[in-house]
Formats: sequence, structure tokens, C-alpha cells
Amino acid sequence: MSRTEDIFDARLRGRHRLGRAFHAACFLSTWFGLVVLLVLLICIFWQGAGWVNWDFLTSFDSRHPEKAGILAGIWGTVWLIFFTALFSIPMGVGAAIYLEEYATDNWLTRLIQVNLSNLAGVPSIVYGILGLTVFVRMFGMFDGQKDLVLRIPLLVMTLDIPLPFGRTVLSGALTLSLLILPVVIVASREALRAVPASIRHGSYALGATQWQTIRHQVLPASLPGMMTGVILAISRAIGETAPLVIIGALSYVAFTPGDIAGPADVLRDPQGVARAPFDYFTTITIMIYNWVSRPKTEYQHAAAAGILVLLFVLLILNAAAIVIRHRYQKWIRW
Amino acid sequence: LRGDDVPTDSGTPGPTPDRSLTRQVSVARVKEQFIRLILFLCALASIVTTVAIIFVLVNEAIFAVTPGTAFFQEVSLKEFFTSTRWEPQYDEKHFGVMPLVAGTLLVAGIAAVIGLPLGLASSIYLSEYASPQARNIIKPILELLAGIPTVVYGYFALVFVTPYLLRPVFQDWLGFSVDVFNAASAGIVVGIMIIPTISSLSEDVLRSVPRGLREAGYALGSTKFDVSVKIVVPAALSGILASFLLAISRAIGETMAVVIAAGQSPNLSLNPFRNTETMTAYIVNMSLGDTPVGSIAYKSLYAVALSLFVITLLMNIGSQFILRRFREVYQ
Repeated sequence: MSRTEDIFDARLRGRHRLGRAFHAACFLSTWFGLVVLLVLLICIFWQGAGWVNWDFLTSFDSRHPEKAGILAGIWGTVWLIFFTALFSIPMGVGAAIYLEEYATDNWLTRLIQVNLSNLAGVPSIVYGILGLTVFVRMFGMFDGQKDLVLRIPLLVMTLDIPLPFGRTVLSGALTLSLLILPVVIVASREALRAVPASIRHGSYALGATQWQTIRHQVLPASLPGMMTGVILAISRAIGETAPLVIIGALSYVAFTPGDIAGPADVLRDPQGVARAPFDYFTTITIMIYNWVSRPKTEYQHAAAAGILVLLFVLLILNAAAIVIRHRYQKWIRW
Repeated sequence: LRGDDVPTDSGTPGPTPDRSLTRQVSVARVKEQFIRLILFLCALASIVTTVAIIFVLVNEAIFAVTPGTAFFQEVSLKEFFTSTRWEPQYDEKHFGVMPLVAGTLLVAGIAAVIGLPLGLASSIYLSEYASPQARNIIKPILELLAGIPTVVYGYFALVFVTPYLLRPVFQDWLGFSVDVFNAASAGIVVGIMIIPTISSLSEDVLRSVPRGLREAGYALGSTKFDVSVKIVVPAALSGILASFLLAISRAIGETMAVVIAAGQSPNLSLNPFRNTETMTAYIVNMSLGDTPVGSIAYKSLYAVALSLFVITLLMNIGSQFILRRFREVYQ
């Protein structure tokens, strides 16, 4: 009898040992991510912290690593993300409203749903190919004509839209918009779904139409959630490199889009604002990639400094998303 | 709406209020329908995007609708799938996609070896072991890891992983020769990159396993290890497999880390310490060069992109299928 108990006790101890080992293994794997993050940040700071200074932020790329700056990348990213947001947010939110508020459960709706989840899985580089063919080259439709320009006069300035769009900010922004559209739609739908039906019913009961209900009740209530999702989608667009390399964002650029590098330039030459979307560009990420792949090792410091700038921007955006989420979680109670 | 209006109007004599009310309602209705149409078009944009992607790839790779010829109208499928050389830039061109596929699978394989166990283990930790407070700290950190741009991971692979991790261990200690650009460093960082994908998706399915199953396990004398590994993980297996597929598909489509760290020489070798080239890296390197538009080398870009698109699409569909087909439904 005691023999059986001995065996049982030994096995139980073994099982507990196994359990503890497994617990430790799971614990370590989880914190592995944190360790990597730390090593990554230390590595980047160690390489780049000394290089981030005012000159780095305000000068163009250079053949001398110590003089290289990221100005063109910063302004390129600003213009690119501005137009990406301009295209993708209204469209994504519109699609989300349609799918959540209007769509009935038919084959078309189901097709859109399935399609959205598949689009989210398409590698970003394929979007780059799409942008290259559709926006940059326009299938070569205008290959015969030279310098074809679509001229649209606005009140104070004229827009000169080149056809095809070429390797411009506009092409990049359209490409990135398509890329983040599924993310924006999914996030906005979740925010809309969080608004309780009673809000809508209350609005209908007061005689509001469906659009009035959406415009004045549902949208304001879901705005914080939407903003959080949209900010995260935008930060994904900021970090995106591959599709922009494909559509041919330049790597060595010594100008900013529209030659605007501050408010003073806008006052001096207002036409620059109209020129910027159709100008060539580079972005922070592309400059980082370009610096990393140059053989001179000094450029790796410039790349690390560029990464610090990029991570700083992303950190601010993520913090904004978190703050918005927390503030409105406190305010809104249903 | 008009039907509802009639009874209220019937009480007031005279045609004027009736007509104005009707017109008002119909203008509002047109506006409502117009808004609905616009929103519908927004939703349709996603379908248009898919159609455009497929059209572009097929048009340049398989069958040219626009003037010119497509890639596979000049290069045979047999050459593409069986030739073991990918040399689009030389005079005597070879278009065998196998070396690129081998490079891609090598990097994705290394990423899977690192990312899948770590991701699964951390998802088990988060759902079974971690206290709510620990979870509140760890999850945002994993999200941060997921939010870091891939170009940063590429930098990390080239500047840290190869010189400070691979070279000391595998070259100085074990005697392999490690190239500056190698598949292993790219695979390692891609593996790190997919950890958050796996752990957050798997954690969701692990947590959705009902508590009763765990309690039953404990009642039968199981340890926490037994419950986690023999009850919870099998119950959530479909979701875990789906997350694995999704993560591997992401590793295959990953571009910047691979372009920076894995190199530019396509070869069939499975040696992880050698210079290699993946499908995504080829597309980037090709588009950086000054290949004339319309040349066969230029069109090869679309053939590779189409292959990549098909592979990742199949894996994503497979992932969704597993999730739907084998999901255990608990009341």
C-alpha cells in the first residue's frame, strides 16, 4: 500500500515540477518580447541619440554622413499622411456607416465583409504594385503624350495635375489610403457597434430620419472609438515603407514638396501649396531604408537618428490614441 | 412615409399644407437616398480595390488586356516553376521562381520556428497564468512591439542581430561562415514581429474556452499544466491554427526587414547564414533599379507579385476556413 503511495507522490512531484517548468517557460516567452523591445531601443539610442540635433532636423540628405538631415523626409511624410487621411478617413468611415447602419444581410454585404478580411491580409507590397500601375503609370495610357497636365483653376490658385500622376505625393497618398482602408473600416465599425440601439431608437422616436440619427446621435457617440482606430491606422501608414519604395518615392531628395519648409514659405509662395501634392517626395521611412543600405557605416547612425524621429512621432500618436480612449471611457456611460 | 402623412393631413382642409408637406418629405427622402448611395459607394471601394489588384496582376502577368504582352505570354509556366535559376538581369535570362520561393520559405520557416512557440506560450501565459494586473502591463507592450515599423526591424537585424548575435555564436564559436546579409537575421526579426499577432489572436480563443472545462479538469486532479496543455489548448486548437496560418502568411508577405537584412542573391540553398533573396525583396530591388517599363524583366515583377498574392490569399482563406469549420461552439 505504501509502495503505491510512494509512486503516486513521486509522480505528483514530477507533475508539479513539469507544471512549474511550463509556467516559467510561458513567463519567459512573454517577457521575451519586452526584452527585445528594450534591446532594440537601447541599440537605436546608442547608435543615434548623438545624431539627433537641430541640424539633423533642418537639413537635407548629404553625401557626407555627418551632414545628412531628414528635413525632406519629415515634410514628405507630413504631406503624404495629410492626403492619406483626407482620402481614407471619409471613405473608411462612410463604408463603416453603410455596413453597420444601412446594409441588409444579402450576398453583396457578405461579399464586402469577406473581401475586407482578405484585403487586410494582402501584403503591403502588392498595394505598392497596384499604386505603381494604376496611379503612377495609369496602365501606360498616356505614354505617348509628353507632360500632359490637367489644369484646374481654384479661387486663389491653380492645380496642375500631371497625367499620369507619376511618382508624386498624390500617388503615394492614394496607395496608402487603399492600404489602410480596411483597418479604418474595421475600427470604425467596432466604434459604431458600441453605440447602443436605444440611442438610435430614441432618435427615431423623436421623428429623426436615419441620416439625422446617424449624423447627430450615432457619429458623435462613436467618435472617440473611431478616432482611436483611425489614429492607429494613420500610424501604420506613417511606418509603411515597401509600397512607397515600389511606387518610386525618391531616395535622394534635396527639396520638400512644393518647396515648403515652414509657414514663411507659404506666405512667400502660396502657389507652393497647390504644387506640393504633385511634387516628388521622400519619407522618413524611405530615408531610413536608404541610409541603412548605404555601405558607409556612418550612415547607420543617421538611420538610427531617423528611427528615433519616427518612433517619437509614432509614440505621440499612440499616446494621443490612449488618452482619447481613456478620457471618453470616463465620460460615456450607457 | 406618405401613407403615414395622409391621415394627419385629412383633418386640415385646403390643398396647400398637404402639397408642401409632401414635397418636404420627398426632398428629405431624396437626400436620404443620396447619402445612402454615397455611403454604399464607399463600401464598394473595397471591392473595387480587390478587382483592381487582381486585374493589374493578371493583366501584366498572365493575359494582357492593355497593349503589349504579359509575362506568361513570353515565359512558359514550365520555365517559371521548374527552372532553378532566377537571372532576369543577364543577357541569357532565366525565370525560375524556385530560388525566390526557397528564400521566402527559408525566412518564413525561421520566423515560424521562433515566432510560433513564443507566441503560443505567451498567449497561454496571458490567458491562463497572468493576473489581470500583469496582463494590463504586458498587452500594451506587445501592442507596442506590433506597432514598430518593419523598417526598424530591418535595421535591428542588420546592425544588431547579425554582428552581435549570429556572428559571435555561429561564426566565432561554431565555425559557420555568416554573411553580412543572411536569411537567419531576417528570419529572427520577422519571428519577433509575428509574436504579437499570434499571442493576441490565440489569447482571444484561449480565453473563450468556457471556465467549466477548466474546473472539470481540476476536479479530476489535473495540475494547471494538465489543464492548460491537455484541455484548454486542444479546445482552442482551431483558433490557434488559424492564428499560426495568418502569422506565417504575414511572414511571407513581410518586406522591409527582409529587403534590408536578407540580401539580394537568389539561390536554392537552405543555408540560413548565406545571402539570399525573397519574393518581396526581389520586387523591391527590381523597382529600385532602372529597368525599362515593358521589358520582360519589368514584367517579372508582376509575376512574382501575383505568386505572392496567391500564396498569402490561400493562407488567409485557409485560416478563415479553419476558424469557421473547426470552431468548437460552447453554450
